[in-house]
Amino acid sequence: MPEPIDSTNREHEHGTGGDRRRLLEHCGLALTAVIALVMLSFVLLYWLRDNPALANAYSQFMIAGQWFDYYLGTNVFQWAFMWQSMATGVLIGIVAPLIGTFLVHREMALIGETLAHTAFAGVAIGFAGGAVIGWSGSPLYAALLVGVLGALGVQWLAERTNTYGDVPIAIMLTGSFAVGTLIISWGRGQRGIDIEGFLFGDLAIVTAGSARMMAVLSVVVVAVVIYTYKQLLFITFDEQAARVAQLNVDAYNTLLIVMTAVVVVGSMQVLGVILVAGMLVIPVAAASQVARGFRETMYLSILFGQLSIAGGFALAISQGLPSGGSIIVVAIAIYLLSILLSSGRVTAMSMH
Amino acid sequence: MTPAVDVTDVSFAYGEKPVVSDVSMTIDQGEFLGLIGPNGSGKTTLLHLMLGLLEPDTGSVSLFGEPVGAFDEGERIGYVSQQSTNRGGTMPVTVRESVTMGRFAHAGHRRLTSEDDAIVEEALETVGITELGDRLINQLSGGQRQRAYIARALASEADLLALDEPTVGVDAESRDAFYRLLDRLNDSGITIILIEHDIGVVTDRASRIACINTELYHHGDTESFVESDALAEAYGATGQVVHHDH
Repeated sequence: MPEPIDSTNREHEHGTGGDRRRLLEHCGLALTAVIALVMLSFVLLYWLRDNPALANAYSQFMIAGQWFDYYLGTNVFQWAFMWQSMATGVLIGIVAPLIGTFLVHREMALIGETLAHTAFAGVAIGFAGGAVIGWSGSPLYAALLVGVLGALGVQWLAERTNTYGDVPIAIMLTGSFAVGTLIISWGRGQRGIDIEGFLFGDLAIVTAGSARMMAVLSVVVVAVVIYTYKQLLFITFDEQAARVAQLNVDAYNTLLIVMTAVVVVGSMQVLGVILVAGMLVIPVAAASQVARGFRETMYLSILFGQLSIAGGFALAISQGLPSGGSIIVVAIAIYLLSILLSSGRVTAMSMH
Repeated sequence: MTPAVDVTDVSFAYGEKPVVSDVSMTIDQGEFLGLIGPNGSGKTTLLHLMLGLLEPDTGSVSLFGEPVGAFDEGERIGYVSQQSTNRGGTMPVTVRESVTMGRFAHAGHRRLTSEDDAIVEEALETVGITELGDRLINQLSGGQRQRAYIARALASEADLLALDEPTVGVDAESRDAFYRLLDRLNDSGITIILIEHDIGVVTDRASRIACINTELYHHGDTESFVESDALAEAYGATGQVVHHDH
């Protein structure tokens, strides 16, 4: 017979409190999903607004925006370019913590930072290369290509050195940034380059095209995570056991790191190269303080991500501040609160 | 019956340093094999070679009659690694979530069904931690945590259980209970390979012993091992032998 394990005198964190908490989380997630759908439909409507069938729907949407501004006393929701930034922001607030939940617990937090710098080289190549071949599209496409190649490079290094060690990461990070600065300096003569927006994040550099790109990338990333959730969880928790269970660990690692590159590139315009990793890490760190399971960590990360985005946008728009810094500062505030909350719970318990 | 594991002339080196040299052994289904040897003797490496985590430089390994490279029934093997190699200590994962991972090899990309859930609950019950299901892994004691990992192997309906020093850092009482659980699982037909530094435990529990120090010094039943000089030879004249008195 198995030995009974004594746990009766330990308090179970279940019952009505747990149920209420779960209900709140699910409401928050449902609200996030509704907002995301509104944002996706805006991007779609804006894209197809010249189609006679949808022109009316688009103008109704913008009229609704004017009513919003009227009632809230703001000057935000009537502008299409603001909707584009907001859509990008809301989607960042979903996909960055979603991918970040796996990255943080694989102890790969700095990978996001590295890939952002790689993607920065891509932006530089996009600007300079665009000027040379006379292409005026978003440099983000070049960033996406270079970012994904960088991700495959990091994975290649990791498989050969058997670790996501900090030395290859540091070399990759500084190396690609160095290449980026060289290209920018060379490209200044070719075309006026607003590189500061990409470094620190700027709502004004979000174009219709880049919002559309983020929309497509986000839908793909969410779908892939749902499809491979079990496998990603298993390799994150116990890579060796996952290998023994015959999961293709290298393939899932590559998938995770390529998705990271994709999310980083999509988030770069709003957050900036230097701060983009914050959104992958900070909401997850906050969630891990208070969550009671992995799925809950993921849900809370997304909710904290959304709160950071909403707070950061409000701060950036009302005070005229850079968006990246504002979002990260709000995220850090949430993180500190979560630490207070979880340590508060411990003191409350020990007072009894 | 096909052997669970068949190792033929296997050698493996890290760079120039041989870690496993010319080892051959067969582990039959239903066997309880204790794998012992001094620190750095290549026990874990040999286990990794058996499970296909490492590829031998020379020689071959087969699992249930299939060459290990072509073996794709991952759900038949439950592996409990050394505690340091998984994220149970830091990652917020509940006991039930971690046991459910045992179903992942069966499920692939499909959704888990109520049948999967029932198997998970049964596994939790078998190892006696049903009431800890919603607890975080990192809040459990060492012994409870090892039970959770065994439950994961049971949930995958494994035929072969491979354990690498599962009771390091576990108090004596929980350790005895843990080994009684292993006995019970072995009686129900599950093949067990156990790496253990405490030789007393191994000679008490295992039906067969493999003693290695790079080379295989002894492989046979427990009685012949106790009578042989394999232990002294493998551990060397000055080697430290951990012994467990009863």
